[in-house]
Amino acid sequence: MTTSRRTFLGFVGGGALAAGLAACGSSGPKSTPGSTAGAAAGSGTTYWFLTGQPQQAIREAQVKRFNDANSSTKIKTTEFQNDAFKAKIKTAIGAGQGPTLIWGWGGGGLKAYVEAGQVEDLTDWFNQQTDLKNSIFPSAFTAATVNGKLYAVPGETVTPIVLFYDKRSFEKIGAEPPQSWGDIMDLVPKFNAKGIAPFSLGGQSRWTNMMWLEFLFDRIGGSEVFQNIYDGKKDGWSDPSALKALDEMQKLIKANGFIKGFSSITADSNADQALLYTGKAAMMLHGAWTYGNMKTAGKDFVTGGHLGYMNFPPVDGGKGDPTDTVGNPGQYMSISSKASQGDKDTAKKFIANNTLDDATVDAWVKSGNIPVVKSAKDKLASISDKNDAEWLNFVYDTAANAKNFAQSWDQALSPTQAETLLDNIAKLFQLSISPQQFADNMNAVIGQ
Amino acid sequence: MTVTAPPVVPATGRNVSSGAGGSRVGRSGPVAWMVLPALVLFVVFGVVPLIGVVVLSFTQWDGLGPIHANGFANWRSVLSDPQTWHSVLVTFEIMILSWAVQTPMSLLLGTFLAGRQRYRAFLAVLYFIPLLLSSAAIAITYKALLDPNFGLGAGLHIGFLTQDWLGKSNLAIAVVIFIVSWQFIPFHSLIYQGGVRQIPTTMYEAASIDGAGRIRQFFSITVPQLKYTIITSSTLMVVGSLTFFDLIFVLTAGGPGDATRVLALDMYKRGFMSNQMGPASVIASIIVLLGLVLALLLRRLGGSTTASQQEGA
Repeated sequence: MTTSRRTFLGFVGGGALAAGLAACGSSGPKSTPGSTAGAAAGSGTTYWFLTGQPQQAIREAQVKRFNDANSSTKIKTTEFQNDAFKAKIKTAIGAGQGPTLIWGWGGGGLKAYVEAGQVEDLTDWFNQQTDLKNSIFPSAFTAATVNGKLYAVPGETVTPIVLFYDKRSFEKIGAEPPQSWGDIMDLVPKFNAKGIAPFSLGGQSRWTNMMWLEFLFDRIGGSEVFQNIYDGKKDGWSDPSALKALDEMQKLIKANGFIKGFSSITADSNADQALLYTGKAAMMLHGAWTYGNMKTAGKDFVTGGHLGYMNFPPVDGGKGDPTDTVGNPGQYMSISSKASQGDKDTAKKFIANNTLDDATVDAWVKSGNIPVVKSAKDKLASISDKNDAEWLNFVYDTAANAKNFAQSWDQALSPTQAETLLDNIAKLFQLSISPQQFADNMNAVIGQ
Repeated sequence: MTVTAPPVVPATGRNVSSGAGGSRVGRSGPVAWMVLPALVLFVVFGVVPLIGVVVLSFTQWDGLGPIHANGFANWRSVLSDPQTWHSVLVTFEIMILSWAVQTPMSLLLGTFLAGRQRYRAFLAVLYFIPLLLSSAAIAITYKALLDPNFGLGAGLHIGFLTQDWLGKSNLAIAVVIFIVSWQFIPFHSLIYQGGVRQIPTTMYEAASIDGAGRIRQFFSITVPQLKYTIITSSTLMVVGSLTFFDLIFVLTAGGPGDATRVLALDMYKRGFMSNQMGPASVIASIIVLLGLVLALLLRRLGGSTTASQQEGA
């Protein structure tokens, strides 16, 4: 979903040209020979997934390995560009024309499929796959579970949200990175006095602001505050911890914690990252996926060892576990309930043998990503770049040690709730609504 | 130069159009057949989707599952939603303000460009350039220029330009109006230029003999003679501003907060981001209704007489 959102925003905001070029590169869905796009259930095992490197090549290699080993039950693939996929898969599944293997982001979208009876309950089958089950980070299963049952198998990569900072800025004011929320509030006036913005933020993108609330909710009230909201518990947003988190958020904004003009900065143009690596801002809360761009665009910022990073610090007196993290715990594969038994079996075999096999894990690590398996750790020793090795170890530890890895709210919730949430977060950050108004507006759409 | 501009609304206009499907078909047979291809296209791509949208506005549909009829529930909820009225307000605000900025400037520019000197043709081409750019490209460019940290103001160290242009409600609306005007003034200038060139020179000659200066000529001849041009241009501006979407979507995405969330954007967000096709269809229907009402009002304003177009009137 990270990729999707960024690709989408990139298209809208700054990457129209890139998107146009990408469209030329793969005009329309690309299918393996013999397959038809939108193959009806029963015409063989089908798998739809996204284009875009390095993910695309890794997925293609998985299918090739499977097809080479199982020549009688080959999987036919169809590849889509992100936006095309999102539009197509929903209508195709609704019309009973979806693929056997459904690639997705879990959370609210998966829940909608489950409620429409479109995806297979995999709980019993997966419990028998003990090796696979035990190899995956436990935190990745939350977004794949609906009403206590498993409807999707986690796969691919894990990208937590991380607190990045510029070591040079901290040297300038002679301070240490924050160990608590109180430290953050104390650092704000110090940085402002030196003409450095404490935090960079691409506020116009809205989900960037959301990452702050995700952490504050967790650190102050613990993981169950959002779980209650996700479960549709009445008035979940006006939990006292939630209100305190919203209040703390506005305190930081009022104290000029964010760079001037943050609400007109977008994340898709990477301007927020630029603020950090050019030294205009000291810290930035952002997804692990920004590392690559900061390394290529930030001159010696990463290679010179100026980039620091840490998990979000605890809030004094908060109930949350400071090892918790938020972000994208993985990508997910479901099996269509409309597929024939044979196709379902083939799909299950593919999931069990090829989605997180050794070759795949190797490929993910080589591409600079941490796959959702514990064994990724063993691969890290082979990375020669010192900065990359340190970074990947950090991402691995954050994901592996998280007691709770909460999925990004806008993906966890239904599209209706997510859109209302993003709208209200923008207003909260504008200080145009109070925490109580925010809670009231959000309570009104709980369960929708 | 005794020819006057063709009247926008012919005196018999109403009878012609209402009779098109009836008795007049026989008399003007071949001509009526010629509209068939356009008519078919209009019905298939205009009328049918319009009916579809109206039908959808009475249903509940998330785009994934089955469609359920739910009567007037969407209309009730959308019409009682403060967000809708906020969007209507923003839409009208942008519509009226951008009209108020564009009309005088286009009128003056058009009058200026209607002169015959060679350099004016060159200037006309120069002025026309903004219209050739796509709204998305314009929005991306301006967004980069207005960036408070990496934009024009920060780059040139001009304090005044380093505002949080798109981050403050009033500034964001002002920026939208400015860019819309920048983009569309060329087009309306062109319309006015054409209108001014239709005014008989004899009127100006007579006015000069009577001792009227340039300013007096402008207000007593040019502006009254351009009455229908003004109405045409205003109709295009007003109805066009109901569909502003791409520019605002790319520039502010409706923000900050919902300061620039116009109706078209509201429709998109409800339909394709919240998966609420029913309420989005209600908004779409409202946009169509508003457009019709505004166009009819402006037509009324113009009246059906061509008296002021007559020489010497």
